[in-house]
Amino acid sequence: MTAFEAAAGRNDDRETLGRQPRLGHAASDLISKRIITGYGFWIFLLSDIIMFSAFFAAYAVLVGSTAGGPSGRELFNLPNVALETALLLLSSFTVGLASIGVQARSGPWFYGAMAATFILGAGFLSIEIREFASMAARGAGPTRSAFLSAFFTLVGCHGLHITAGLLWLLTMVAQVFAKGYRADILRRMLCFSLFWHALDIIWVAIFTVVYLMGAAQ
Amino acid sequence: MWGKLSWAAIPFDQPIPLIASGAVGLVIIGVLAWVTLKGWLPYLWREWITSVDHKRIGIMYVLLAAVMLLRGFSDAIMMRSQQALAFQSPGYLPPEHYDQIFSAHGTIMIFFVAMPFVIGLMNFVVPLQLGIRDVAFPTLNSVGFWLTATGALLVNVSLLVGEFARTGWLPYPPLSELIYSPGVGVDYYLWSLMISGAGTLVAGINLITTVLKLHAPGMTYMRMPMFCWTTLASNLMIVAAFPVLTATLAMLLLDRYLGFHFFTNDGGGNQMMFVNLIWAWGHPEVYILVLPAFGIFSEVVSTFSGKPLFGYRSMVAATMVICILSFTVWLHHFFTMGAGANVNAIFGIASMIIAVPTGVKVFNWLFTMYGGRIVYSTPMLWSIGFIVTFVIGGMTGVLLAVPPADFVLHESLFQVAHFHNVIIGGVLFGAFAGYTYWFPKAFGFRLHEGLGKAAFWCWTVGFYVAFMPLYVLGLMGMTRRMQHYDVAAWHPWLLIAAGGAAIILVGIGLQIAQLAVSIRRRDELRDETGDPWNGRSLEWATPSPPPAFNFAVLPNIKSEDAYWSMKQRALQQTRLGEEPPYADIELPRNSATGFVCAFFATIMGFALIWHIWWMVGVAALGAYATFVVFAWRDVDEYIVPAETVASIDRANRSARSAALARRQVVS
Repeated sequence: MTAFEAAAGRNDDRETLGRQPRLGHAASDLISKRIITGYGFWIFLLSDIIMFSAFFAAYAVLVGSTAGGPSGRELFNLPNVALETALLLLSSFTVGLASIGVQARSGPWFYGAMAATFILGAGFLSIEIREFASMAARGAGPTRSAFLSAFFTLVGCHGLHITAGLLWLLTMVAQVFAKGYRADILRRMLCFSLFWHALDIIWVAIFTVVYLMGAAQ
Repeated sequence: MWGKLSWAAIPFDQPIPLIASGAVGLVIIGVLAWVTLKGWLPYLWREWITSVDHKRIGIMYVLLAAVMLLRGFSDAIMMRSQQALAFQSPGYLPPEHYDQIFSAHGTIMIFFVAMPFVIGLMNFVVPLQLGIRDVAFPTLNSVGFWLTATGALLVNVSLLVGEFARTGWLPYPPLSELIYSPGVGVDYYLWSLMISGAGTLVAGINLITTVLKLHAPGMTYMRMPMFCWTTLASNLMIVAAFPVLTATLAMLLLDRYLGFHFFTNDGGGNQMMFVNLIWAWGHPEVYILVLPAFGIFSEVVSTFSGKPLFGYRSMVAATMVICILSFTVWLHHFFTMGAGANVNAIFGIASMIIAVPTGVKVFNWLFTMYGGRIVYSTPMLWSIGFIVTFVIGGMTGVLLAVPPADFVLHESLFQVAHFHNVIIGGVLFGAFAGYTYWFPKAFGFRLHEGLGKAAFWCWTVGFYVAFMPLYVLGLMGMTRRMQHYDVAAWHPWLLIAAGGAAIILVGIGLQIAQLAVSIRRRDELRDETGDPWNGRSLEWATPSPPPAFNFAVLPNIKSEDAYWSMKQRALQQTRLGEEPPYADIELPRNSATGFVCAFFATIMGFALIWHIWWMVGVAALGAYATFVVFAWRDVDEYIVPAETVASIDRANRSARSAALARRQVVS
């Protein structure tokens, strides 16, 4: 099987090979566990996106409530944000490579791509933290105005997701290292890559709604 | 070291919470001591606490709801008696305590009675009805339950340590902001709901995946029992609405903990945004609770009328329409915000439109009964009581959906009467119907009919006596949440309402007696065949109680009312179908993950409430470690050998054959 076939998910049921087919647990019986896990995780991601939509709504309501403080136009540094965006989009590509690596059972590809993802994600996070710190130092912290409360909450919530994702990434790598390419671990890897891509989708919305529209105001 | 926590947090000067929590503590210690002395602790740990079996988790959800119902009802009795006494007098509950009681009553009844009750029933029943062996994510299911229990525990800890919110069941800012509520009451509310909300979300994801992805062969969507459809709709709404609740509560937490300005009066905050966001969750929540109840009534009415559900397809359509429309009416909770005539008109009309699919359902139930041979069993009584009561509540709801009327009745006792009318008459009656209907499936014996009927009549009569006066009081201008009052004309109505609460108390007493008597007489109430009501859906094809694997062999579904058609075939051929070939069955292994995770969540919630930051860190680390330990386990399934499966199934088949033979003789 080529790596391409693997990435396209054509080995869905590799996990059941070499096992006596049984009238077993309904999940494995009727439909592959990989599909069920992925499906459930997609629903979780949708719920997460809905949570973000509430933060987006709050941001949209409060964007003009600067209480005499600075607005987005005065605060946002677009080149910085462009760099963040580039790092995050690249990390989505590398996590894709890691998924292919894991399907192809290729250690170097998997570990290499996961390491690259970690570095890119951590790079994104450090730029974001520096941005937050410099804003706070200029007296534009989250307690300054409702606009800044909404900004720090929305963008910070995404940052917290990235942090959680990095912790998950390390756990994931440790697990593959310790347990090998087991079926349940492959399912977790599928969820991890979905999670990471979803964070990209949310970032694209943040980039547009918060930074681009904010700087244009 | 201990944050805001000190001995001053214990209310030594207030006898009521002190005595109440002392009594609760004694009961807990007593139960623990009894269980330990009897040597049941290992059994409970092995078979229940660490269980990932959807049936056991469902039963534990319902048990949690029942216990919390007693707590929430104690609050109700205190409020009714306070208002009965507090005419031109301070009554016996000081304002700061009375305010905590009505806040706790609403919070507990919605989040820790109604929610766990319906989620418990869905958990127990849906996999059985779909003909499968478990939910999609069994361990996650256990995590969800234990997180809900954590939330309930934290709310009750607030009785003894600190205080509860005095803001009402939805903590509207600015009252709930730090400046007006500096104590830990609102924090108890927020953290217990954040934690239990995570549990609810997990349950929602799990049940959606189960209904949409796991079916017995041939169980197509349009062959699913109605309860599975309402479960699907309800959980879709959970997944779409609960994240909004989490986000809203998170914003309030940030305001309170870190000085943010989402809903504050200063800094550009917007408190009406809280009201909008909370009701964007809150209105779907109403339907999250009542749709499963509609599903229960559909099952019960069809079973006890001996007919298939009338208008199955229209019922499915009505359910899904409600699922969508429920997100378009939230503003009717605050027409008085002043959004303008056009906005109010749109939301008023939307609120009236959502009554249409509900009306479709009521007619479907009536037509299901029409021409049927109705058996007036306890679940059927609850259903008929529901139809009458809910229609009244629905009509007062449509009245409140008229913005000019709402301006007059807003936050009056009329509104309180309306939502108790639909929640008690809809959700709670549904939960009781489901409890009585599926009890024999869960435990292998029926509940005592006579006591059940007596409890039904006490509840129904008590409900009308307690809440119809509130409609009158609302029209007389009495607002909700009054600690005392000076209007003489209100007093007699409030005395009647207190009498109604006392009748409901008798009803609850009868339900407890019913449970005790049924357990004692379980041998005469035994359900031998697994089909005590002449049921129609697949759960009645399993033995009572069902084995861990539910179905010895997955059924092959060929029509709606799957079990009914199997049964008719057996009756025609005067024998059961051929014995199927048995095989080994894989089942998920039990796991302590849910319990341990909830243990750390409890500590973390408590530490966050009291600002004990080091403890927050320790608990977070513990929760992470729990997941790593879970992720590292190597064997996650065990095998039930084919011989065991065969012996369990053969025992049930012989009981059913005997019942079949008896029926042949009778006819």
